[in-house]
Amino acid sequence: MAQHMGKTRVIAETGAGQHGVAVASVAARLGLRCCVYMGSVDMRRQSINVQRMRLLGAEVRAVKSGSRTLKDALNEALRDWVSNVDDTFYIIGTVAGPHPYPRLVRDLQAVIGREARAQIKERISALPDALVACVGGGSNAIGLFHAFIEDSAVSMYGVEAGGMGLRSGKHAAPLAEGRPGVLHGNRTYLMQDEYGQILDTHSISAGLDYPGVGPEHAWLCDSGRVKYVTVEDADAYTALIDMTRHEGIVPALESSHALAYAARLAVDLGAGKHILVNLSGRGDKDLATLRHHKHN
Amino acid sequence: MSRLSTCFDRLRQEGRTALVAYIVAGDYHLELCVPLMRALVDYGVDVIELGYPFSDPAAEGPVIQAGHERALAAGTQLPGVLKAVTTFRRFDKQTPVVLMGYLNPVEQLGYERFATDASRAGADGVLMVDLPMEDARDLSVQFAGHGLDLILLLAPTTSAERSLEIGACTRGYLYCVALKGLTGANSLEVKSVQEQVERLKLQTQVPVCVGFGIKTPKQAMQIAQFSDGVVIGSALVDKIGSMAGSACTPEHLTQALGTLLRPLRRALDTAAS
Repeated sequence: MAQHMGKTRVIAETGAGQHGVAVASVAARLGLRCCVYMGSVDMRRQSINVQRMRLLGAEVRAVKSGSRTLKDALNEALRDWVSNVDDTFYIIGTVAGPHPYPRLVRDLQAVIGREARAQIKERISALPDALVACVGGGSNAIGLFHAFIEDSAVSMYGVEAGGMGLRSGKHAAPLAEGRPGVLHGNRTYLMQDEYGQILDTHSISAGLDYPGVGPEHAWLCDSGRVKYVTVEDADAYTALIDMTRHEGIVPALESSHALAYAARLAVDLGAGKHILVNLSGRGDKDLATLRHHKHN
Repeated sequence: MSRLSTCFDRLRQEGRTALVAYIVAGDYHLELCVPLMRALVDYGVDVIELGYPFSDPAAEGPVIQAGHERALAAGTQLPGVLKAVTTFRRFDKQTPVVLMGYLNPVEQLGYERFATDASRAGADGVLMVDLPMEDARDLSVQFAGHGLDLILLLAPTTSAERSLEIGACTRGYLYCVALKGLTGANSLEVKSVQEQVERLKLQTQVPVCVGFGIKTPKQAMQIAQFSDGVVIGSALVDKIGSMAGSACTPEHLTQALGTLLRPLRRALDTAAS
């Protein structure tokens, strides 16, 4: 799309750095200039991805305003875009932002669910009983859920970052604790104070550390099609360890939230049921953060 | 007749362009707000755009972003801003006051509650970022019912058909963003603004005010040749910001704004036809 529109530069915001690396990769492949905005707090805790982006030739700009995480990176990317709209295409990393981004990103991410639906039917000759995915902005979750929306027998669970617990106020769970409001060009559930000022968020995972959520998730929550739950930092960490030791896969801290909830859900659903979890990222980027935890 | 119409009618008859000034209420203390507003008027400002702060002002460059941060740090919220307008009205019943900011704080207060309170406080207009024209229509009617003009913005990238619709929907005036970018940007190109404004004035009856990136008397005078109002924002907020750390008196602050505003007022008067 960027090339079709004659743009020579792409920009992105990134939290965990996964989207940033993806954009830097495609920019390198297509010969486009690339600038990725990342909160300075996120740059520190996901430094391996910062290195990757720079190796790919992208400029990574530290955002030092506000909470120095994903929401602030989005603000800076929006500012860059309106200032450089003649040559720059903004590749938003989630299903949020001004129309048509929520729909556009969903339609592109929906490949996840289409392929998953086809593959699971091959594998178990049935559809799964439940889908579980972590929800920050919500792109990996929408990507998985979209193909199954009409399959009413398939339950869906979106897992928000419970941080240090909802009561602490240090979390990133707008669907659990937020109210409708307008930010970044869309109306959705937002963590905000009584005056409409956006609150700071906290999550052990950079990619979930966002005070809003894609508006389609707001709709899916209100309609009841998807149930939204939260998982706290400590439980996400435990799920990461479990996945590593049982499967030899180190999951991203973001995806670990989904894994933690899936484990709880498995107990509730009982034997013989199938839960499809979106393993949205690898945990290599989180090794630096995890260095500070004692692993036994 | 609204204060805004009265003001622009009078200026048109006098052949003068409006000097519109933007400051952030509560920057850097809420007690400075009314003295600053009165000083703006003393120095020749015709319309005050009074900003109410937001945590994530995505259309602002670093200068006005910092103004919002200072105002929030001082505890400024919408109810306090409306109180400041009420106090200002005790001293000045003529100068139009436009509340300018982002949609979310108004949405959280409630549109009807906001319209009632803003109108009662003596505000004349509202200008909000994050409100596309499609969503503005109903709100414009609702606000008009309270005597508030909902002012709409357009940009250099707004298409001709969309400009036509925005020009028809806006009340009070039409805010023409002069450049592709943020407040306080350095990329102002007078020629291209002129082309856009002259086209707009063929399509709309309302006054056209131009803002973003106008900093010098020369720029103000050039823009005044073809527009109905010139908006100065970042230049003022920058001056306020530079004095925020110091222990200066309110008088020092207003005097400092005077050194900025007097040449701008003179430039606009020189441009008068």
